[in-house]
Amino acid sequence: MLLYTVLIIGAIATVFPFLYMISTSLKGAVYTFEYPPRLMPTEPTLHNFVAAWTSKRFDQYFLNSLLVTLSTTLLVVLFSSMMAFAFARFQFVFKQPLYYSIMIFMMMPAMTLIVPQFMLASRLNLLNSLPGLVLVYVAQNLPLNTFLLRGFLEQVPRELEEAARIDGASSWDIYWRIMLPLSKPALATAAIFSSLGAWDEYVWALTVLNDPNKRTLPVGIAAFHGVFYSDWGLVFAASLIAIAPIITLFIILQRYFIKGVITGAIKG
Amino acid sequence: MVRALQISFFDWNIVPGQVSEFVGLNNYVRTIHDPLFWLSLKNTVMYAAVTVSGQLLFGLLVALILDHVSRGRVFFRTVYYLPVVTSWVVVSLLFKYLFNASPSGLVNYFLVDILHVLSTHIPWLNEPKTAFVAIYCLGIWKGVGWTMVIFLAALQSIPEEYHDAASIDGASGWQIIRHITLPLLVPTMILVMIMLTIGAFQAYIQVALITGGGPLHRTEVLLSYMYERAFRDREFGYAAAISYVLIGLVFLISQVQLRLLKSEPMY
Repeated sequence: MLLYTVLIIGAIATVFPFLYMISTSLKGAVYTFEYPPRLMPTEPTLHNFVAAWTSKRFDQYFLNSLLVTLSTTLLVVLFSSMMAFAFARFQFVFKQPLYYSIMIFMMMPAMTLIVPQFMLASRLNLLNSLPGLVLVYVAQNLPLNTFLLRGFLEQVPRELEEAARIDGASSWDIYWRIMLPLSKPALATAAIFSSLGAWDEYVWALTVLNDPNKRTLPVGIAAFHGVFYSDWGLVFAASLIAIAPIITLFIILQRYFIKGVITGAIKG
Repeated sequence: MVRALQISFFDWNIVPGQVSEFVGLNNYVRTIHDPLFWLSLKNTVMYAAVTVSGQLLFGLLVALILDHVSRGRVFFRTVYYLPVVTSWVVVSLLFKYLFNASPSGLVNYFLVDILHVLSTHIPWLNEPKTAFVAIYCLGIWKGVGWTMVIFLAALQSIPEEYHDAASIDGASGWQIIRHITLPLLVPTMILVMIMLTIGAFQAYIQVALITGGGPLHRTEVLLSYMYERAFRDREFGYAAAISYVLIGLVFLISQVQLRLLKSEPMY
């Protein structure tokens, strides 16, 4: 009983900020600084959600984020599974050094690379473009997912592959028809990780996107906060629209998600 | 093509020759004489110390409890993990709002009007002494779920027989935890510590959005300082030097902690 009490107190402490955010998003501007603060909005209204969606090109940001996230996820899953397959099954020159360089990239705090990345991106004319953003996100997400998928692919029994070879299958057939279908759970984990990474990324997007039309959601929300400085209801309505897809995805797929975190952490 | 880009990133960052071409040693010498660099370094280390121990402690506590209870495990696990998957931008703004200075700021209201712990309302984010509190709280709040999940996995891999044997010998619940469970968790703890420390050194968004490094640089961390130097003052060379110092530090700390892990006797 004592244990449950502790758990419930902790759970309340965890969820309460979210509830308060929801409550604030339902309050009119006059009530966001009312004293005493109320969890139940005095005159609940959906006005903030409508206003958030229609003002400041928010729908455009949502679309941008969606496009960037979907393309990043697709490319990461495709390339990381190919690389993982190569590392798991083939022998080639510089295999070990190449693999270790990927591992080092995975351990490094991503933001420390922002200066060289920025210089490279400006030389390649990738600033201020959504495809450029995707390219960088793919590069950021490849190492971890390649690493996870390699671990998984190495456990696939070699007999399957040898049998297919005897039947005349090429390496591509083996990758496409045997490896990919067998590694669905691992691919799902990679997809979740990379979509979360792309959907929530803020610093790089803030740095390279100047055109307000090209902003992604996190940048859009931070800008929202800058413009409507004290209109917290509006800011939180926008925030809730932005986090709703990820939270929903997490609740539906939480088993995969948590399994992925554990493999990532324990092996990493 | 993507792979080529990725490999080009490596050359950029790992080959020291190319970097020093751009930077030269002057920038590194400059860090030594820069009081703001030392302040941000101190703040970063403090942030790491506070949030890593907080996350470890609470994550371990929740994991131990969840391992003992039979009902509602998935529910609580999902709830505690929610902050982990929520965008840093959103939760940073949220904590900025919770800690706002007015009497209607929720934290002020709780501490003053409900719990009566404090006598006056505190302008949390504008006061040099308290500005970090919100950032610490956010760091811990957001990370407990992750730590908990890892510890839960580790706890479930401990064979039941150990506990059974101990309780047959008459050990109490607390004694079992103290003398069997915790020692077995030590390798996991060190692993979690390494990951969390690397994470803590990456702190930027929360600082940029909650306090912007202020007041008077009191909440500046290495990355916020680096970012300002690079993208506000266009001192890319100096900024790059700062980030390499940071990379060096992270590498050093992980090495020390890994050493600890290896010297730990296996049970």
